[in-house]
This record gives sequence, structure tokens and C-alpha cells, in this order.
Amino acid sequence: MTEAERIQPGDAIHIGPPLTVDRYGPAARANHWVTAASLILLAISGLALFTPSLFFLTDFFGGGQNTRMLHPWFGIVLFVSFFVFFFQLWRANLWTRTDFVWLSRIGDLIAGHEERLPELEKYNAGQKFVFWAMSGLILILIVSGVIIWDQYFADATAIGTKRIAILAHSVAAVLIICVFILHVYAGIWTRGTLRAMTRGSVTGGWAWRHHRKWLRKLAGQHRVGPAE
Amino acid sequence: MMRPDSPRTAAANPPVQPMETNLTERDLIRRSATSSLPPPERQLTEVAKLIDVSKCIGCKACQSACIEWNDTNPAIEENVGVYTNPHDLTADMYTLMRFTEWVNPETDNLEWLIRKDGCMHCSDPGCLKACPSPGAIVQYSNGIVDFVHENCIGCGYCVKGCPFNIPRISKVDHKAYKCTLCSDRVAVGQGPACAKACPTKAIVFGTKEDMKKHADERIADLKSRGYANAGLYDPPGVSGTHVMYVLHHNDKPHIYADLPDNPRISPVVETWKGVTKYVGLAFMGVAAAGSLLHGILGRPNRVTEEDEEAAEELVERKPEARV
Repeated sequence: MTEAERIQPGDAIHIGPPLTVDRYGPAARANHWVTAASLILLAISGLALFTPSLFFLTDFFGGGQNTRMLHPWFGIVLFVSFFVFFFQLWRANLWTRTDFVWLSRIGDLIAGHEERLPELEKYNAGQKFVFWAMSGLILILIVSGVIIWDQYFADATAIGTKRIAILAHSVAAVLIICVFILHVYAGIWTRGTLRAMTRGSVTGGWAWRHHRKWLRKLAGQHRVGPAE
Repeated sequence: MMRPDSPRTAAANPPVQPMETNLTERDLIRRSATSSLPPPERQLTEVAKLIDVSKCIGCKACQSACIEWNDTNPAIEENVGVYTNPHDLTADMYTLMRFTEWVNPETDNLEWLIRKDGCMHCSDPGCLKACPSPGAIVQYSNGIVDFVHENCIGCGYCVKGCPFNIPRISKVDHKAYKCTLCSDRVAVGQGPACAKACPTKAIVFGTKEDMKKHADERIADLKSRGYANAGLYDPPGVSGTHVMYVLHHNDKPHIYADLPDNPRISPVVETWKGVTKYVGLAFMGVAAAGSLLHGILGRPNRVTEEDEEAAEELVERKPEARV
């Protein structure tokens, strides 16, 4: 069994009725929402400084000076919370051979023929892409962000380095906002997903439809919690 | 007497009558992070400060005059065995005499090069291009590039945009500072304080045209005295500057405490402020609009009754799985 196929601690079936499956524990959910909130604050405050047409967004933070001061601190919060999140999720997001097959038939998924795609473990290739893209981009953003955090690190690097850092920072920021939009929309389009991050569980049907291998494994390995 | 639109010299004495400022919002030709700036009603005569390094004696009267006029308080630092003092430009020191000991390989003579560093007032200012805050950096039609501190957010983008490494961010109020070319003096017909204080006329001030003419005379004089490469530093890479140097070794400006040979706005900064911004906004816009459209027009991926039943069945089929 590869690392990606290992069942995550806390995942369990509740017979119900209705039948539900635990997907995220309270700690993971709390972490997710801290990360989400800081990413949204970072996007708004960052876009304000990215283009003059969005400079008015600084008003939400009490003006330009405050926006400039707060943005890096939001970044620290995001980095720390995502860092913890990363170690909770990374194993289940390792790439497997099934992911290539799934990805090659993604057209069927969008066309509404999910049954033509292979059965999946806890995450599909799209979710894994979001996970690794977020991880890589956050790493670029925190490193380049510290380099251009002039309030504390102005003297640490040369201006030429700062120029490259600020370019990398804005490109990575654009990309992470696109990944963020993809992530949010996928969660909305795939109905029944949001409750995994609010209540922590999904319905049995959701698990059957999207992550059947994961459900089979939980059922097969006696991972059944007490009925509520 | 008709008042000229820009002062012609720094030598004139101040007026005794109160004067209206001659530099207003209506004289702006560029304003940071502002796309729709109304064109100025008039074109002021371009002004320039000319610094003749060959006449400079390193007395630092210009620095003192700058401190006095701008009412700044540069910190007193340690002497580390060089004349340059303070060690660098700061948010309280807008101009700095940089001293370089250079051995001329042709003559084997030690030459003591002294260059008064400070904002060059570029015609194509990198600081203004980089600035994200509307109206924090402005350029007047007479060529002066000025920081408007009430609009400054202290982000330091100007520091990255400047090809000459000039702006400094104050640790006290987190705003950017640099030489203003004494815009507040020029606005009332006076030349910059440094030029007025210079005892050898190494710093002179006037219209850019007059300063170029004066430079030509100085260069001819230097050439007649053996400085074959004497010339005017008015770098075309930033479309010329409104602080110019007469250099006795104009073929190698870098010997004067790293004065850039061919300054221009860094291509990295141009990319950041140019293509990244437009392509980036397009990317994010397409992603957001595409999601929205698909959300409205597309069919969501819904879990069916059959899915729920299949799940029940799967779990039922494994009675041994129940605790």
C-alpha cells in the first residue's frame, strides 16, 4: 500500500441514518478556515497594492499605511496555519497512477459522466493539484514576501534581489488567486462538498460517488464509528 | 517686472514680499498610480541642477544647507576613516558627498573623486512608475519629481523602481524621503538650497537649456586641460535627468562611487509593472468570470439517491464492519 492509499486518522463511517462519513476533524477544519480567512485578507490587501484600479481596497484596512503594515502579518498567519495543514494532508495527496487515468478522462467528469472515471481514494487529481499548487506558491510567496518586507528586512538583501522577489511575489500571487478560485468553485460545483469543511462529514452517497475506494476501504477496515 | 515661470538661478536673493506658489496640481505631467491625469494648462520651463565634480572641494556646505532648509536631523554616526558622512543617504539626509580614492591607470595619479549624490529627477522616473499609491509621487512640467508624503504608504516600491538607489524609508513615520530639488523654493522663484550654499559654484541651477550650455563651457575648459573624456552626464536611458553632472571621466561614470554607466528602469521592474499587471488581471478575471458563468449555465455535480443507496448497501454488505 502506498502512502497515498493509507487511511487518514479520524476518517470513519457513521451508520446513521443517514449514513455519513467523517472527512475532517475539528483541528483540520479550524486550520482550514484560518488559512482561508488569511488568504482572502491577503488577496484583498495584496490586490490593492498590485494595481491602482484596486487601490481603494486599502480602505477596508484603514488606509494605505495600515494595508502595507498588515499584509505581511496576514502572510505569517497563513504560512503557519498552512504549514500545520500541510503535514495533516500531504500523505493522502501523493500522486498515484490512477490520477493520470482520472485526469485523462476529466472531460467525462465535466460532462456529468463521473461513473466513467476510475474509483478514487480520499483525493482526486484536481484536489491534489490544488494542494501542491498551494504548497509551492505559498513557499514562493513567504520567501519573496520576507525579502520585500522592508519594515524589518530592508537591509538584508540587495535592491536587485528585491526586484526579482517582488516580481516573483506578484506572479505567484496571481497564480494562487486563480488556484483559490478553482478550489472554491470546485467545492461549490461538487454539491455536498462544503459540509466536509463545516460539519466535517459528507454523506455516504457523496463518498460513493466521488471517492468510492476511500469509502470501500473505510467500510472494509472496520472504520465505523458509533451510531449517532 | 514679469516673474519668470521657473527661477533662472540659485544666486538670487529671496523676495521680501509673500509670494503665491508657482507649482500646483495643475502643473503635474505625471502622478503615480493615476491613469487619468488632466493635461497641464501650461508647460513650465524645464529646470536643472548642474553639479561640476571638477569644481567640488568636498566642503559639505550643500549637505548643511540641505539639512537646514529641509529641517532634518541626520543621526550623528561613527567615523570609520572616510570623509563620507553620514555613511549613506538616509530619510534625514537627502544629499550626500561620496568620496572615492581612485588611481588613474593612465597617469598613476591618485584622484580624489567627490560626487554629490541625491535624486537625479529623471524625466522617466522609476520611482513614480513603481509607486502603487495614487499621488504619492508626482512630476511637474519643469522636471521636478516630488514625493507627496500624505499619500505615501511606505511600501518601498520606489526604492526598487529607482535606478540610482536614492529613496529612503523613514523608520519614524514609514514614509519615503529624497531630494525635492527644493520644489518649495523653486515654487517661489528660488534655486535649491545646496546650489545657493555652494562656495565654488560647483553646483549651479537654472533652466535645463542654460545648464547644458554652461556644461559645454566647462567641458571645453576641462578638455583643454587634458581631460579628454570630460563630458555631461545626462543619461538617455531615463530620458535625461534634471540633476546633471559634469564628469572629468565621463567615459566611466562608475568610478564616481558607482554612478551607473547606463541607468534605466530595471527590466524586472518594467515586467512587474507592465505585462504582469495586465496578464495577471486578465487571468484572475477569466478564472472568476468562467467559474461564475459555469455556475449559472452549467449543471452542478449532484449526489443522487442511487449513490446514497449504493453507499448504504456497501456498508450493509459488510455486517462484520459494525462495532
